[in-house]
Amino acid sequence: MIARWAPALVCAAAAAVLWASPGAPAQEGAPLAGDGASLYRQSCSSCHGSDLRGVPGKGPPLRGVGALSADFYLSTGRMPLAHPDDEPVRNPPAFEAPQRRALVDYIASFGGPPVPHVDPGAGSIAQGQRLFADRCSGCHQVVGRGGIVPPSGVAPALRHASATQVAQAIRIGPYTMPRFNAAELDDREVASIARYVASTRDPADRGGWGIGNLGPVPEGMVAWLLAGVALLLVVRGLGERGR
Amino acid sequence: MRRLLRAIVALLVGTRAVRGAARGEQPEQTEADPRRREIVSTPRRELVLAVLLLAAAAFAIAFVVLILGGDPVQWEAVTLGGAFACLAAALGYAGLKVVPQETEVEERPQLEGPEAEEQLRRTLAAGGDGVSRRRLLTVAGLTAGGSLAAALAVPAISLGPAVGEAPFRSPWRRGRALVDEHGEPISADDVVEGSHLTAFPADADPRELGSPVALVRVAPDTLRLPPERRDWAPEGLLAYSKICTHAGCAVSLYRYPLSEDTTGEPPALACPCHYSMFAVREGARVIGGPAGRPLPQLPLEIAADRTLRAAGPLSGAVGPAWWGVRRT
Amino acid sequence: MSQDSGRDPIAFVDQRLGAAATTRKALRYVFPDHWSFQLGEIALYSFVVLLATGVYLSLFFESSLSRTVYDGGYAPLAGTEVSRAYASAVRLSFDVPAGLLIRQTHHWAALVFVVAIVMHLMRIFFTGAFRKPRELNWMIGLTMLGLALVEGFAGYSLPDDLLSGMGLAIAQAVAMSIPLIGGDVTYALWGGEFPGSPEFHSRLFITHVLLLPGALAVLIALHLALVVRQRHTQFPGPGRTERNDVGSPMWPGYALRSLSLLAAVCAVLFLLGGLVQINPIWQWGPYEIWEGTNGAQPDWYLGWLIGALRLMPNWEPHVAGYTLVPNPFWGGALFPAGLFGLLYAWPLIEQRLITRDTSRHELLDRPRDNPVRTAAGVAILTLVVLVFGFGSSDRALVTAGFAYSLQLTVTRVAVFVLPPVAFLVALRVCRELRDRDAHPLREWDGGYVRRRPDGGFEVVPEPPRSSAPPPR
Repeated sequence: MIARWAPALVCAAAAAVLWASPGAPAQEGAPLAGDGASLYRQSCSSCHGSDLRGVPGKGPPLRGVGALSADFYLSTGRMPLAHPDDEPVRNPPAFEAPQRRALVDYIASFGGPPVPHVDPGAGSIAQGQRLFADRCSGCHQVVGRGGIVPPSGVAPALRHASATQVAQAIRIGPYTMPRFNAAELDDREVASIARYVASTRDPADRGGWGIGNLGPVPEGMVAWLLAGVALLLVVRGLGERGR
Repeated sequence: MRRLLRAIVALLVGTRAVRGAARGEQPEQTEADPRRREIVSTPRRELVLAVLLLAAAAFAIAFVVLILGGDPVQWEAVTLGGAFACLAAALGYAGLKVVPQETEVEERPQLEGPEAEEQLRRTLAAGGDGVSRRRLLTVAGLTAGGSLAAALAVPAISLGPAVGEAPFRSPWRRGRALVDEHGEPISADDVVEGSHLTAFPADADPRELGSPVALVRVAPDTLRLPPERRDWAPEGLLAYSKICTHAGCAVSLYRYPLSEDTTGEPPALACPCHYSMFAVREGARVIGGPAGRPLPQLPLEIAADRTLRAAGPLSGAVGPAWWGVRRT
Repeated sequence: MSQDSGRDPIAFVDQRLGAAATTRKALRYVFPDHWSFQLGEIALYSFVVLLATGVYLSLFFESSLSRTVYDGGYAPLAGTEVSRAYASAVRLSFDVPAGLLIRQTHHWAALVFVVAIVMHLMRIFFTGAFRKPRELNWMIGLTMLGLALVEGFAGYSLPDDLLSGMGLAIAQAVAMSIPLIGGDVTYALWGGEFPGSPEFHSRLFITHVLLLPGALAVLIALHLALVVRQRHTQFPGPGRTERNDVGSPMWPGYALRSLSLLAAVCAVLFLLGGLVQINPIWQWGPYEIWEGTNGAQPDWYLGWLIGALRLMPNWEPHVAGYTLVPNPFWGGALFPAGLFGLLYAWPLIEQRLITRDTSRHELLDRPRDNPVRTAAGVAILTLVVLVFGFGSSDRALVTAGFAYSLQLTVTRVAVFVLPPVAFLVALRVCRELRDRDAHPLREWDGGYVRRRPDGGFEVVPEPPRSSAPPPR
């Protein structure tokens, strides 16, 4: 009797095991195919729940996060995440653009804000600098080079952030970043911040080589390793009659 | 070529004589007189020197032209630096290859002179011949000197006020509205869970140390404030002084986990200078870093028009701790 | 009789000052010319560049914290309310011809000034040049190092930008933490609570352009006068004894080489001043007490202090609600005071406890000749570099995967473990080098190998005569 049902039981057990394990990153093996729902089931549901209501200890609910969130996390490659406790960091996106669109549409079908439309040109770079210095530079550093968030996190550098991603991050508050709604930072202010962030990709390095725009630490390294070494070589050449 | 061969042989065989020969010295010198004087200049070397000097001049002229013409900083540096570099090369070349190379010997000065010291002591002592009441005069002299020095130092008190209760003074009073950096009142609906704002007291100097506060909102059921502060956080809105109690930087990092059960860290304000962390749900208790005191908390109330107001003064001294001054 | 002195400048001067004999003696003054004796000169010439560029800057800089609205060419600051000091520093960087070049050269010169002092200090320490009769000069030099640190800090705090404003807040907290006098001294200096009264900026300015440079100039003059009076030390070598001085005369060789070094220092500083950006204050923005930036660091020579301030656990002992020791005291005041105190006392410590040697020394030690001193110096350096490295490499290490909390724990253990280990390693290395009497880099010291007549090789104590080419 059991022998007749055994193959089915084995298949069911295998399916359950595959169901429970985290979804493989799309780069491994054949690209995942299918519509948004099946992509979700394969890559996201193990942590975020098959009903998008989240799994305690693994992933938050996705109902109501909308295209705004889904597009942010997928286009910056922060999701899928290998381990629920990891800090999501920028990666090459795991999905091709059509697959991303499908996934985003699927998640958006459960409600939530759309992908924001940001026009940095409509913002003021000076206003952006003021807002950034007050709200953002504590974590992201005043020209967006990123930094530590104690005890063990990292606020990323903003070099690769597009204007849309800046706006999305402001509204979502990913990982441990605070979030700001439209009452606090309206769309024009968000556009200004995006414009300022774009300008920090190539800041006004009027004084020469910017050495990373990180401040006194690279400057001290230059003082020792360029000036110090050069002058040591000079005195070596001058002293002891150049021997 | 010969030097190279000698060096290789020396390496392989290890003879001191070979090493010495490679350096061009007499082997095993003892007590040699180091005095030397060599004339080294040749017409060719003098020509090289002249070329270096003229190159320095050329760079310097280029610098002047650049300054008068425009302001490309990098080219200014290349020309001016180049001029100095050529001058350095010229002077070094002259000093090493053109002027006579000399090694001289000089005797060191005798620094000690016991006889002279004795004479000095006697001269000094002789100035007090006949003076008998030395103790009295010493005490009187020291008193005069000390008093005069203290008198000259006293005007320094006009440089600033004594500390007193200053760290506890701030513009925050009961009923004072919270405004943003443009002076606009802040509404409770402007601040969502996970938000982080800087707020100031209305009609006060924002640059006074006690003025800026960090305004955040957490879920009200997660609050863990001490019992006497139960009413200080309406709807989970919290305000803390933004000046770090460690060394006075602005507490401008805010960590609010989107998914707390996977992130594992509670919401906290943190300071970018030395990474002190303050748990916002627990009255800005220090949960990491070198700060010794929690951030003073500002009690809040929500007015009828939903704007935020202070419900009292800050709970403690603002900013870093002072030696010998009260903490709370 | 004296000739027509109008035509002969030497006669002109000598007839009025009687200086011919003294000048001749000065020109023939002998300098030992090992290359490491010129490190102090690098510092001296950096100071000269600082003075020259500093004068230029002071002709343009407005020392005032009054508010103004920025209306210059840098777009991200347009319409921002800033202090006049900040606006004038940005104007200097953008609108004054050669302004940015001079400003950056000035700042680079300050960094290189302290680099040279530290290299010079290490040379003096590891060769024992501070021994009798030079203990006083050692202390003058240490004082100049301390003043240089304060002077540099004051200088880069003048433009009132975000980075340096945060540094001033921390400096005030450290000043406040000093027992007994800290509070009132801080209040007196700042004219009240941070950020201080308007007069504070004037005090900072006059300290930076007059008081500290004046003190440094006096100390430099004293330092050089003592060197001239006592004569420079020299390494042991042929013909060199404790009673003589062997080297190049000032004229012509040494003077030309020293001037060459001056020109080289100017070259390096001006090249850096225009080719490598330093302290781009327009990017940091103006300072406000409610703003902060991540990754804020002091200039390199204060990096050991930020490391110490971050390393300390949050000990802030208090009694009956009154603070006894504010936390910044440990890392910001006690640590540097302890280190400087140890260095000041070092000649005495060495005389009394290590070498028991109070005689006069004119010949220098090689570092290996006094293994305990060298090992102690290496241990102190290890501690300082470790603290410094922790304070400055947080970002780099986090990028490499080491969380900040892990760095903190590891460094807290390392500051107790690494210096003693470094001490022991250096001690051992010195003793071995001294016993084998070999130069570690230049001379190869191995065995002599000779081929036996029956084939095979053997190690012999004497060099085999037959295989050596005849000496020249």
